[in-house]
Amino acid sequence: MIIVYAESIDGNFKKSTLEAVSYAADVAKLTNTGCVAVSIGDIDDSKLNELGKYGADKIVAVKSDALKQFVAEAYAKALANVATSNNASVVVISNTYSGKSIASRVAAKLGAGVVSGVISLPDTSSGFKVRKTVFSGKAFADVDLTTPTKVLAITPNTFNISEQPKAGEVSTHDGGLTGADFISTPIEVSRVTGKIPLTEAELVVSAGRGMKGPENWGMIEELADVLGAATACSKPVSDMHWRPHSEHVGQTGITIKPNLYIAIGISGAIQHLAGVSSSKVIVAINKDAEAPFFKAADYGIVGDAFDVLPRILEAAKKLKAAN
Amino acid sequence: MKILVCISNVPDTTTKVTFIDNNTKFNTTGVQFIINPYDELALTRALEITEKQGGTVTAINVGLVDAEPSIRKALAIGANDAVRINAEPSDAFFVAEQIAAYAKTEQFDLILTGRESIDYNGGLVCGLLAEMLGIPSINVVTAIDVENGVVVAERDIDGGREKINCKLPIVASAQKELTEPRIPNMRGIMAARTKPLKVIEVAGAQKTSTTLGYELPAAKGGVKLIPAEQAEQLIDLLHNEAKVI
Ligand SMILES: Cc1cc2nc3c(=O)[nH]c(=O)nc-3n(C[C@H](O)[C@H](O)[C@H](O)COP(=O)(O)OP(=O)(O)OC[C@H]3O[C@@H](n4cnc5c(N)ncnc54)[C@H](O)[C@@H]3O)c2cc1C
Ligand SMILES: Nc1ncnc2c1ncn2[C@@H]1O[C@H](COP(=O)(O)O)[C@@H](O)[C@H]1O
Repeated sequence: MIIVYAESIDGNFKKSTLEAVSYAADVAKLTNTGCVAVSIGDIDDSKLNELGKYGADKIVAVKSDALKQFVAEAYAKALANVATSNNASVVVISNTYSGKSIASRVAAKLGAGVVSGVISLPDTSSGFKVRKTVFSGKAFADVDLTTPTKVLAITPNTFNISEQPKAGEVSTHDGGLTGADFISTPIEVSRVTGKIPLTEAELVVSAGRGMKGPENWGMIEELADVLGAATACSKPVSDMHWRPHSEHVGQTGITIKPNLYIAIGISGAIQHLAGVSSSKVIVAINKDAEAPFFKAADYGIVGDAFDVLPRILEAAKKLKAAN
Repeated sequence: MKILVCISNVPDTTTKVTFIDNNTKFNTTGVQFIINPYDELALTRALEITEKQGGTVTAINVGLVDAEPSIRKALAIGANDAVRINAEPSDAFFVAEQIAAYAKTEQFDLILTGRESIDYNGGLVCGLLAEMLGIPSINVVTAIDVENGVVVAERDIDGGREKINCKLPIVASAQKELTEPRIPNMRGIMAARTKPLKVIEVAGAQKTSTTLGYELPAAKGGVKLIPAEQAEQLIDLLHNEAKVI
């Protein structure tokens, strides 16, 4: 059986969860078995049902008051227990922060080989081979998993959400947890609301030292807002506290894979490119025609950001108004 | 307070990645190896904690003898002693098993890893190790302190931050912002030469995965330039040609 972790936040399934369920359903098809989605925590039954639409034959809900907050040890144990009772061959988890923190624990519990950053369906023609990104996107590696059970942490924004309706029968499971599984206690959770998290964003507007100072980010935020994009920045920008560290992308920041990455006033150093080069479409805006970013970009504008951005912004507003 | 810091030895961030032997091996020719940047943060934070409340910091690496310059650097930065488990670090599962076996023989209060190694990008050792030791793990911490045997940490979560409390022992993985990495000074470099570096041979080990080969991403088709004075065209191209907005 293919088990997929159906991560939710504040009572809603995430986009990355629907990608993971669609992926797991494809793996199930490929290996002639079924797909069980496991939801842990607080979520409405009506929402649970929805997962059938994306290919879950069964949906198992593990609910308790103690599970309202994410606790890695407890979530991992519950997921591993459901996996074991369903004879899991593969456990699929989205490679989000919380997904990754349980993928490793689940793998250790199940004695399963684990690959994170997976960007392909498994090739089962001989063995069980998946592709993952390495060197922060500078290369790919093909990894063969040799254990009977496998754990795959798949990269968000990589697989399509596909509707492939299945029974989606909902049942519950106690997760096999005891009080001792809640050793760590979250005491305060703060989430930026109304903003798109960078790791999940399909569109990203990013800027670098070329913007001269934090006071000039108004244009960047406005463009992001009009496009419905998340904002990002280069390392020096966050090091100088022009922008929060959580926006820093690159080899030592966040690796992202949006459909569109617009880089404004960023030179395109190898460490920066490493984290963003998997983006589907890259736009570079830089006043230096020799900036290395142009070699990695699909579209380029050689010009001063302060002249170019207002034009782009205006066109983006027009497009938005027309749609 | 006994702290263990896991150090991985990785290619410098400026490395142009290439492969040899029919794309089955990373080409190390001319490549400079460094302590994984996140591990450097973990090490520095460990030193700050022990300087405040006493204790020792041990650096551990699973690797062959070529990792020793990075291990010596960890000693030069300030680790009290170091351990090298003499084996090719084939995958995260293997690395975690080796470190877990060693950690079981010593009683560490706190084990720190990096968020991920910048070569393999696994981000897995922290959780694997914690599970193997039967203790909690806190991934991607941006702040960590210990007060009376209780860890107070802040970690990145999807779209936000979480403050978290936990009793020791635990394993935590370091994220940037945790601290500023320390640069070894002359005295540290001299002292590192005589600090203990123990080499341990591997007992039994199971293999859970094999890396079969590598591939470089396809080169971009070339950039389409838009004149600056017609920058507004970009939006049209992104909408109608690239179809991403
Ligand atoms: C160990 C290590 C890890 C690193 N990791 C990362 C990482 O993860 N992410 C990262 O981003 N960097 C990383 N770096 C830093 C990286 O090497 C570069 O220094 C950094 O990416 C440069 O940032 P930048 O492009 O914003 O600034 P700069 O290199 O200063 O480039 C600014 C650019 O803006 C252009 N510009 C200036 N004015 C204008 C204008 N008015 N209009 C348009 N363009 C303009 C300039 O032509 C220039 O190309 C790392 C470095 C090291 C050593
Ligand atoms: N060979 C190794 N020896 C010691 N620690 C390691 C090794 N490989 C990884 N680690 C630790 O585990 C962290 C995460 O690595 P990874 O799971 O490979 O991304 C690193 O930042 C190190 O702290």
